[in-house]
Amino acid sequence: MPVRKPFEQSYYPPVPTKLTKSFRTNLVWQFFRFLVLNIRMLRMIRKH
Amino acid sequence: MARLLILGAGIAGQTAALHARNKLSSKHEVIVISPNSKWNWIPSNIWVGTGYMKPEQVTFPLAPVYAKSNIIFHQAKAVSVHPEGDSTTSLPFVTIEYTLPEKLGHIEKITYDYLINATGPKLNFDATKGLGPDKNSLSVCTFSHAHDTSKVLAEVIARMKKGEKQTLLIGTGHGNCTCQGAAFEYLFNVEFELRKQNVRDKTKIIWISNEFELGDFGIGGMFLKRGGYVTHSRIFTESLYTERGIEWITQAHVKEVLPGQTIYENLDGEEKTVNHDFAMLLPPFSGVGLKAFNKNSEDITSQLFAPNGFMIVDGDYTKKPYEEWKPGDWPKTYQSPKYKNIFAAGIAFAPPHAISKPMTNPNGIPIFPTPPRTGMPSGVMARQIAFNIADMIEGREAGPKRKASMANMGAACIASAGANFLKGTAVSMTMYPIIPDFEKYPDTGRDLNYTSGEIGLAGHWIKHFLHYAFLYKAKANPFWRIVPE
Repeated sequence: MPVRKPFEQSYYPPVPTKLTKSFRTNLVWQFFRFLVLNIRMLRMIRKH
Repeated sequence: MARLLILGAGIAGQTAALHARNKLSSKHEVIVISPNSKWNWIPSNIWVGTGYMKPEQVTFPLAPVYAKSNIIFHQAKAVSVHPEGDSTTSLPFVTIEYTLPEKLGHIEKITYDYLINATGPKLNFDATKGLGPDKNSLSVCTFSHAHDTSKVLAEVIARMKKGEKQTLLIGTGHGNCTCQGAAFEYLFNVEFELRKQNVRDKTKIIWISNEFELGDFGIGGMFLKRGGYVTHSRIFTESLYTERGIEWITQAHVKEVLPGQTIYENLDGEEKTVNHDFAMLLPPFSGVGLKAFNKNSEDITSQLFAPNGFMIVDGDYTKKPYEEWKPGDWPKTYQSPKYKNIFAAGIAFAPPHAISKPMTNPNGIPIFPTPPRTGMPSGVMARQIAFNIADMIEGREAGPKRKASMANMGAACIASAGANFLKGTAVSMTMYPIIPDFEKYPDTGRDLNYTSGEIGLAGHWIKHFLHYAFLYKAKANPFWRIVPE
């Protein structure tokens, strides 16, 4: 989708690889991240 | 018998009402005043704006919830506060004007012992010429705005399916807007929807914002540990925009929205235009315009409220440059310094200053985000205020002891980037503290052990789960207290 043209704003930022993007919707990995994220948020709530 | 009066039934007002009712014995009264008949889970309005959810899924009627919770509810708007009473009574009171159809326009005085101002913001569309759903742009700030926006989006998609190319402009409609996060979520949900409908190649999407750089979000951005580096959120945000093929305009103050065209001024003072077929631009916020009067009916609004209409509380409002800002400037108990039985929660309190660095262009126009104080922080401060007031009413404490400074508070935020149970994503962020403390955390302003961000499907699951959890809690269903703020 994105077309990077030299010296335009989209030329410089890092862009994820296909592997990185696939992990974002990989059910097994995301189930694990679901647990991690919930723990992170609970830690935050406990600080209040 | 004591009476706690709460103005507003949004996230802060509802949280305060339920916690206060739970903490106070039944001889005391809790009264809620809200001009709206429905409660709205505002964070899900962005999903109404794309058609993913219906308005009924993000709202419910308030009256039955208050009836079962032993909370008195008046569907009315607060007009004025009289903290010393008036010539007829020495009791403090608030004047309300009913919006309930059966009593429309009827004015009434409601006395109080303690008052919580949780009125939220006025959506100040008038600050920008041509801005707003009644004029030339769309909004997702309320569920009805979002529903109307979804219809326009559907028309735009229909035109694309016929082969027409369309330009969508999404972002902030004024140099002093806040809530960039909501516009960000709407942007990526629209982009996701366009891909789902196979019309993404027919669309040019442009983000316009008053942020100095992408990823600021009104909190000055945040630093994250990732891949062996400590990196600013700007990098991750630019990466996401690039990945999704979205152009961005930052440092922009929208001056005027015309049909199909937006005129903006940037930090260099240049005037530019952008043409579009669809523009969803959030308005700046101001206070709701409450007036205040003393016993002699003299106007004391300026003693209770800042010029922007938000309520002055226990913050340090001394004007000082960015370099001298301190975390200690931020309010802790949200108590009015002038009237100790008045508190403000959520968006209704006046922040002492911004969080992002203030910027002004050569024409004198300030272009920087004002501080966000919605969602989790709103709920936490409302709960602490309710607990403090309950303690004072029940005689357990003489003053507010619990504190909820945003300088000592963390926040978790889930920003949707596409709604689907298998292919959706959301950015999950945590940060501590919300107000950066460069003395304690010299390089980053925040604790890197508690500040994080990542994008993935898990975030969407959490956002969806939280949608139902917060609706469940706001309905005061059994065990509602186990759902955190």
